[in-house]
Amino acid sequence: MLEHDVLVIGAGLAGMRAAIAARAGGANTAIISKVHPVRSHSNAAQGGINAALTDRGDEWEDHAYDTVKGSDYLGDQDAIEVMCKAAGQALIDMEHFGVTFNRDDEGRLGTRAFGGQRRARTFFVGDFTGQALLHVMFEQLIKSGVRRYEEWFVSSLIIEDGQVCGVMALEVRTGQLYAIRAKTVIFCTGGFGRVFEPSTNALICTGDGTALAYNAGAELMDMEMVQYHPTTLAGSGVLISEAARGEGAYLLDKDGNRFMEKYAPNMMELASRDVVSRAEQTEINAGNGVDGCVYLDCRHLGESLIMEKLSQIREIGIDLVGVDMITDLIPIRPGMHYAMGGIRTNIDGQTNLPGVYAAGECACVSVHGGNRLGANSLLDTIVFGERSGNHAAEASRNADYVEFNVDQAVRNEEKRIQDLLDRPQNGDRIAAVRLGMGDSMNQNLAVYRNEEGMKETLVDLVDLEKRYETVPVDNKGKVFNTDLVFALELGFMLNCATPIAMSALDRKDSRGAQARTDYPDRDDENWMKHLVIKKGEVGPELTYAPVSITQWTPEERKY
Amino acid sequence: MDITIKVKRFDPEVADPQPFWQDFTVEIDDKGTVLDALIKIREDNDGAFSLRCSCRSAICGSCAMRINGQAGLACKTQAATAIKDGVITVEPAGNMPVIKDLVVNFDGFWDKVMEIEPYLKPEGEEPEAEYIASNEAMLHLSSVTSCIMCGSCVSACTVMEVDPTFLGPAALAKAYRFTADPRDGDENGVSRSRLEELTKPSGMWDCTRCMECVTACPKGVAPMDRIMALRDQAMEAGFHNTNGARHTEAFSDSLEHSGWLDELRLVPKSVGMTNVSALIGYAPIAIQALTHGKMPPIIHKKIEKAENVKKIFDKVEPPKKRR
Repeated sequence: MLEHDVLVIGAGLAGMRAAIAARAGGANTAIISKVHPVRSHSNAAQGGINAALTDRGDEWEDHAYDTVKGSDYLGDQDAIEVMCKAAGQALIDMEHFGVTFNRDDEGRLGTRAFGGQRRARTFFVGDFTGQALLHVMFEQLIKSGVRRYEEWFVSSLIIEDGQVCGVMALEVRTGQLYAIRAKTVIFCTGGFGRVFEPSTNALICTGDGTALAYNAGAELMDMEMVQYHPTTLAGSGVLISEAARGEGAYLLDKDGNRFMEKYAPNMMELASRDVVSRAEQTEINAGNGVDGCVYLDCRHLGESLIMEKLSQIREIGIDLVGVDMITDLIPIRPGMHYAMGGIRTNIDGQTNLPGVYAAGECACVSVHGGNRLGANSLLDTIVFGERSGNHAAEASRNADYVEFNVDQAVRNEEKRIQDLLDRPQNGDRIAAVRLGMGDSMNQNLAVYRNEEGMKETLVDLVDLEKRYETVPVDNKGKVFNTDLVFALELGFMLNCATPIAMSALDRKDSRGAQARTDYPDRDDENWMKHLVIKKGEVGPELTYAPVSITQWTPEERKY
Repeated sequence: MDITIKVKRFDPEVADPQPFWQDFTVEIDDKGTVLDALIKIREDNDGAFSLRCSCRSAICGSCAMRINGQAGLACKTQAATAIKDGVITVEPAGNMPVIKDLVVNFDGFWDKVMEIEPYLKPEGEEPEAEYIASNEAMLHLSSVTSCIMCGSCVSACTVMEVDPTFLGPAALAKAYRFTADPRDGDENGVSRSRLEELTKPSGMWDCTRCMECVTACPKGVAPMDRIMALRDQAMEAGFHNTNGARHTEAFSDSLEHSGWLDELRLVPKSVGMTNVSALIGYAPIAIQALTHGKMPPIIHKKIEKAENVKKIFDKVEPPKKRR
């Protein structure tokens, strides 16, 4: 029987950090991931990681204030304080682990400017900070001796009488199903970006953990807060890092005007992401774009800076749209990028389900509130990954495994999967249903939203759920059956889509990433609160939760 | 545009499984990548077609394969430029066993990475704040840590094809990432124990410098250059007692002093003059060479103006820096 004190699901930065912490805490720890850890989507974080280092004259309170303001006052200030206080040590830990951060002239860690922050506190490795961190975290994972289940897909969470017992998982290479017992489970499964089409997210970002936890009764929070990144590439929607603007790039309309001066005269291109994305969308809607895009202008940065600090995104431009940013403008537009919302947790990663934790993008602590600042996501994964791992290790020390009928659980799951494989071949294809969902979400839950559109998407989702019941799986085999995995992932994505749309429809104000044309103003009197959604007897149940305010009183946001 | 892709497929679950070729014609965007086309096949034509892919932007390292015989990332290859005679040929990555279709088994790849103990091992006290290091040193390291472990270099490695024990370009480049790190090893940043380990058979001296890994690498890591740098580091750290180091020294010694290669003495100098059993092993080759009139001259004479060759040596590296 496979059994572990702490079972971490997902091996991106949050997951690996959690596993390393839990192992260091003496727990029998394992990490399970549907892809090899270094293939995780933390890779795609390009620009950097924020931290206020006191030996540079920076203060965590300043970082926290920028984060609170960036969140449009929806972030929980107690949690934001925890994150920003821990940032310096988290950063130094990563440096000691071996991350090859760029340096300043004195050989200390170098910084770059990033959006929504009044000083440069973003530490970076070229424009592939996430990849650099992820690979180093994997090195530390190897060193820690944590048991790794690589390319294992968690298909369900096992809960008995409200207590977590473990998970059912599919070893993708063999098609074999296993029950894994666990005293505690930490979800670090990343975002649900593929619910939208297009998205900057990797194809694996299908909200698996969010859906598994939700289906088991976990509360989700801030699900309406979906970040559209200001600079995603025309066509594929692949990310072009904020680092470009951090290094001084401009945003131009079709006539070459730096339109941001109309929207954020002080911060210009480095206003917070929600502000910049709205500005772009407004310009595009007013006919000041070209083919649904505006331009990112890096030409004045010069070849040597670009080659030293932005070389990867330069390659992306060349490979995917045939544009070299040293000499040409890059066509970009706002694109779905990040989920501020997710599984509701406290500052130790605990959810409302005993023994179930969450950290990283799949979690909502909430440190990002209505809008995440660039370079706060890597920080979030490391700080709350570690805290969750510590807490879970401690909690599992005095806990016993919860008994459950293992044979029955395996048989039930085998039957569920066999039924999926045995479906007749006459339903809609998996991709068609996924695209239907992605298009509808991107149409009606994008930068600007309104009641009519969101209701339309909710109707679409009911229909898509129905069509999902009959999608056929072409591959009937066992070995590396990705078709089966996609069918299961599509189910998870649909589980995430409805809470997103329902929450967005319920929130009747504009705040952070949610901009409603029918409720264009922020309404602190009625909507300065979190939306919490939970699976009820008959359907999703929405409730509200207060926002934690410690030292920063909400005020109007100007950049 | 419509493109035709010829894919090498493999299903391990049929009776007597054999690889087979299958053609697909799919419609993709004019600027679409080979990966876009493969995804299209999977989504519209045959869901049973398996491949790994995720990020679509050359950072996750999942979609390494051979495209028209050349190892690389499908997501970084524009389909329009990859069409040869009206078709794009796609095969699984090489030097790794195929599991299904384009999915290969990376176990051996990772085993080799594990062998080099892939994590920072500082021997001194950790500073309280960050290590102080030059930006140049870090930029240099970042040009190696930008490796995404995709396996393109391993797929292309001509040594691994014949010697599966060779650590290979990915693991060796990873090793260099530590040996070149000022934070790894002793207080001078010298990683002696790593270098010693890597000088053993199947390590740094087994690369034949064919350059294939440099061509294949989609991230500009140039693994072979890192392997050559490892050799320099090892010799600098005093590890001369290996076939590779002796070979290098005998080779350059002969060229520097006579202007051309003393082939006869190269072998005994490389394996070690006192290594009798190895020398006996070469006896059949020597006899064959002798009977075929291919024995190099016993007396190795200087070429005319050999001093000019010496001058080249001096120019490349001042004599006092050389051993």
